[in-house]
Amino acid sequence: MMNTMITFNGVNKWYGAYHALDDISATVAKGEVVVVCGPSGSGKSTLIRTVNRLEDIQKGSIEFDGQDVNAPSLDLNKFRSHVGFVFQSFNLFPHMSVAENIALAPVNVLKQSKSAARARAVELLERVGLAAKADAYPGQLSGGQQQRVAIARALAMDPPAMLFDEPTSALDPEMVGEVLQVMKSLARDGMTMMCVTHEMGFAREVADRVWFMDHGKLVETGTPDDFFSNPQSDRARKFLSDLRSH
Amino acid sequence: MGDILTILREHGPLLLIGQYPNGPLGGLAVTFVLSVLGIALAFPLGVLLALARISPFRVFYWPATALVYVMRGVPLIMVIFWVYFFLPVLIGRPVSGFSTMLATLVVYQSAYLAEIVRAGIESLATGQMEAARAVGLSYIQAMRKVILPQALYNMVPAMLSQFVSTIKETSLGYVISVNELTFAADQINSILLTKPFQVFLILALIYFVLCFSLTQLARHVERRITRKRAGAATGASPRSPRATAIAQVLP
Repeated sequence: MMNTMITFNGVNKWYGAYHALDDISATVAKGEVVVVCGPSGSGKSTLIRTVNRLEDIQKGSIEFDGQDVNAPSLDLNKFRSHVGFVFQSFNLFPHMSVAENIALAPVNVLKQSKSAARARAVELLERVGLAAKADAYPGQLSGGQQQRVAIARALAMDPPAMLFDEPTSALDPEMVGEVLQVMKSLARDGMTMMCVTHEMGFAREVADRVWFMDHGKLVETGTPDDFFSNPQSDRARKFLSDLRSH
Repeated sequence: MGDILTILREHGPLLLIGQYPNGPLGGLAVTFVLSVLGIALAFPLGVLLALARISPFRVFYWPATALVYVMRGVPLIMVIFWVYFFLPVLIGRPVSGFSTMLATLVVYQSAYLAEIVRAGIESLATGQMEAARAVGLSYIQAMRKVILPQALYNMVPAMLSQFVSTIKETSLGYVISVNELTFAADQINSILLTKPFQVFLILALIYFVLCFSLTQLARHVERRITRKRAGAATGASPRSPRATAIAQVLP
């Protein structure tokens, strides 16, 4: 199918006897924003990490932008460079300046010249509102700023889709907004996004669809309106009422 | 005290540079050259051994692990004897005492450096490797650009301590007549015959001053690194230039 970006097809993963992903089948269309939610331990992060093979799967298949992610012939490094991934804990490289963090992969993987990569890094920093921080070190930035740099670092490889693994969970509450703003602007620009998050406000406002996971299973999927006002499963209802009671 | 000054005046050059320029270089100069060359050659080998020790591939993991365990499990003097007696047989020609000692130090120290480097790599958060791989760097690129620069920097104090150990270990070259500092002191003792206390006090002082200053340097570097790391870890608010200036005069 030409207009699907990510396809999960009967995906299973076990850690020993623990069934971490239980027969997941679903698709993310091009330009779509999917929010994956669910209680902790439900397998959301594991699922998103299988897309760029930070986790391997034992059964089933995953396709990303027409490529079989688990094909033995896949050039893993080249493939990963096309998948934008943002971590919960930012994982910026503390020994490099912000601009160097962003330019690292373009220079070493795409073989861009240092000056071209830097120019692009500055451009991306403008986009995430941090143009003045190009020569700062990650240790000098707030958590929210670090996460915006991490988003710019992923964008530097011009990925066709971006994966976010709980991008705001490690942030102080007052910094969540600035990161969500950047993500919203990406969504508005038509970026395909798969996003594990507990930010239900973001899901309501930006997501095209919400996936609800529990115990390694994809329990239900639906538009945010349907999911939040009329959840189909007991587990989703319980999850949402737990969220609201906080 | 007078004796010590007299000995230093008459035999100082022998302690410092051996019989050079009329004979071979020796004394402190050789001790220093041996230590620096030893650690410099052991360093790249230690990094490779460390990478092999964390490798998932058995063909790398097992030999490296065996070498590290054997070297850490035998006294240095044993290794000296092994190299001294078997290296000439192995390569089919005589090997000088200096080369024997250098080869021994390289093999022995690389095992210790490997464990230091491995600890440095393993102390980094796994997220660093994941982030480097996630943007498409190969394992080797990730090691070279992201992991090793951080790991080695953090391990500079430990490696300086290892350098201090190496300096002390060169004294064992005495047993195979390497013309280093201890050997020179023993020569002086044989000439004077009646002043062993003074001669070996001088010897002890030279080692102590050298090693103590390097240990202090290591401590200083360690404090700097700790401070830098603390700044990187908290990092919530960019420090003002004034706060940074104050931090730098603190011990």
